[in-house]
Amino acid sequence: MSAPTFDLGTVHGGLRLPILKDESTAQVIQHVPVPAQLVLPLAQHAGEPAHPVVGIGERVLKGQLIADADGVISAPVHASSSGKVVAIEQWPVSRRLGENAPCIVIECDGVDQAVPLSEEILPFEKQSPDTLFQKILYGGIVGLGGAVFPTAHKLMEATTESLEHLIINGVECESYISCDDMLMRERAMAVVVGAQILLHCLRLNNCYIAVESDKPEAIHTLSDALTEVQDERIIIKQIPTIYPSGAEDQVVQLVTRKEVPTNGLPTDVGCLVQNVGTAAAVYDWIVKGEPLISRVTTVTGDGVHAPMNVKARIGTTVADVVNFIGGYNERAKLLIIGGPMTGRSVTTDRVPLVKATNCILALSETPPVGTEKPCIRCGDCAQVCPVSLLPQQLYWYACADNEAKLRSYGLTDCIECGCCDLVCPSHIPLTADFRIAKLRMRELADEKARAARAKQRFESRTVRLEREQLLRAQELMTQKEEVKKAGPKAIEEIIERSKQKDDADKDEQ
Amino acid sequence: MLIAVITISGIALIAGILLSMASRQLPPNDDDLVAKVNDLLPQTQCAQCGFPGCRPYAAAIVHEAAEINLCPPGGEDTVRRLADLLGRELVPLAETPQSRMQESVAIIDETLCIGCMHCRNVCPVDAIVGAQQFMHTILADECTGCELCLPPCPVDCIAMRPAA
Repeated sequence: MSAPTFDLGTVHGGLRLPILKDESTAQVIQHVPVPAQLVLPLAQHAGEPAHPVVGIGERVLKGQLIADADGVISAPVHASSSGKVVAIEQWPVSRRLGENAPCIVIECDGVDQAVPLSEEILPFEKQSPDTLFQKILYGGIVGLGGAVFPTAHKLMEATTESLEHLIINGVECESYISCDDMLMRERAMAVVVGAQILLHCLRLNNCYIAVESDKPEAIHTLSDALTEVQDERIIIKQIPTIYPSGAEDQVVQLVTRKEVPTNGLPTDVGCLVQNVGTAAAVYDWIVKGEPLISRVTTVTGDGVHAPMNVKARIGTTVADVVNFIGGYNERAKLLIIGGPMTGRSVTTDRVPLVKATNCILALSETPPVGTEKPCIRCGDCAQVCPVSLLPQQLYWYACADNEAKLRSYGLTDCIECGCCDLVCPSHIPLTADFRIAKLRMRELADEKARAARAKQRFESRTVRLEREQLLRAQELMTQKEEVKKAGPKAIEEIIERSKQKDDADKDEQ
Repeated sequence: MLIAVITISGIALIAGILLSMASRQLPPNDDDLVAKVNDLLPQTQCAQCGFPGCRPYAAAIVHEAAEINLCPPGGEDTVRRLADLLGRELVPLAETPQSRMQESVAIIDETLCIGCMHCRNVCPVDAIVGAQQFMHTILADECTGCELCLPPCPVDCIAMRPAA
């Protein structure tokens, strides 16, 4: 069932980026064999890192829980193959802050022996949403679109709001990346059944699968799958190919014509967005009993011999993945994990493939970065900003460290898509500046909260000390009055008593 | 002409009487100002300014015309904000021999603590827990790094370490 495109909403700005996906979609998804070693970071998701539940030297099986969720928002990690835990140590990873993170290192035995299923798999329609939420949490499933927010938490939080639509996001708007496209082409049924499970969990009757119009094969296979399951609740929506229409809030705006409010979530306008990869992962876990231990990722760029999409176990190092597809060519110079706009360059290919890794991009040269010049206030950045911000003003206030202005100009709404960087004629790294400003803003807020708590504690203490002093003074007064009442004879008695006590003490010595 | 003069003077007189009554009847709003100044201070309660805490210092600034540059943890930023708020001259931060600005928290070496309660009694934010003859410990999340607990300790078992 496909919906017409004329009722789509619009998003401000955006850019038409070069597509560059044909190289990697030429062949079917290849499966990377079990590597010699798996490196599984404890923090592959948003929220608190998982805590290890296996010891060094322990033998683990494929699909076994090796690190459990820790904290309110967290997700467990499972072993991607069978083998022996050889270390739990710092290992280079690709992430926002810092170069290294604690990882569980497994030496694989190559047998790939799976852990036996603990219980019989029931059809999902016969299970209650609460049971399914719990299962999704145990399956280590996180949002595979890039933000890696634990899916179970997202679903449970959404049930507290009044929801109208589930949106399955198959909009992959960044250049080069094609893993979701290939997943939809080859596993359309998994995506559709995954969507049905999510609908059942959320007790919803309306689901849109958003796909870009430049993916006719994916739309075709999805339509076939929908015809096969005969589900009227699920509708395919074609989205124009403009970067960044695949960002969560932008997809909502395009599909439902409702804008997600400032500091709000899609649930505020009755929508819940899940990536197509997440839907397929939910299917794999709930229907087939396989937790999130592998994912499809695009290995591409002009620095590799044969760009393609591969399905690799989580924890396989980038070096192993690239070797599998034929290695780098002599031109390779720069390695990026993620897409060219939102990805991060890494200095080593020892980093593991994690749940968030949708693309491994090897480029022959660093994109030309012009020398930064002063802002000429041309306003090109404001033209392309998909959330209608004024980057030139934000830049101004970020330089001046003016927190109040940054807040009132909506810095917190910046989705860090990088469009402003790309069009800036003065080559100002705006997105990087905004990231730093956001971090600084959070620090300031923390500082303020701490100061407020210290102030409250100091004031409570002052009150307590005053009260104690008052009580002591009152006690002294009552004692004095009692003595006065008893008269001079009583005072003599007291003196006598204390003298006797002194003598007794002396005798003891 | 005369009517106009009388009317205007009459209005002025009535307004004057009302205002003078209001200023006598209503409580002075110095407390508001103290609260505002207090909000600008970093709330470490470290007493490096010579007053026994942030609020007393704020009160001293408002009532006793204390200098606004006596707060090392607040740094130049705080001096600037205070100058803005109070309309005072911007002065450089006062240099004192014990000026400390680095964020740190105190930690008790629990093998040495004798449970004397001295540090617990001086902590301005009640961040030290313990009882007589029992080991004490510091709630790192609540510690402001004021170092007021260091001098009273008879066995020197408290050390400062950088805040996490």
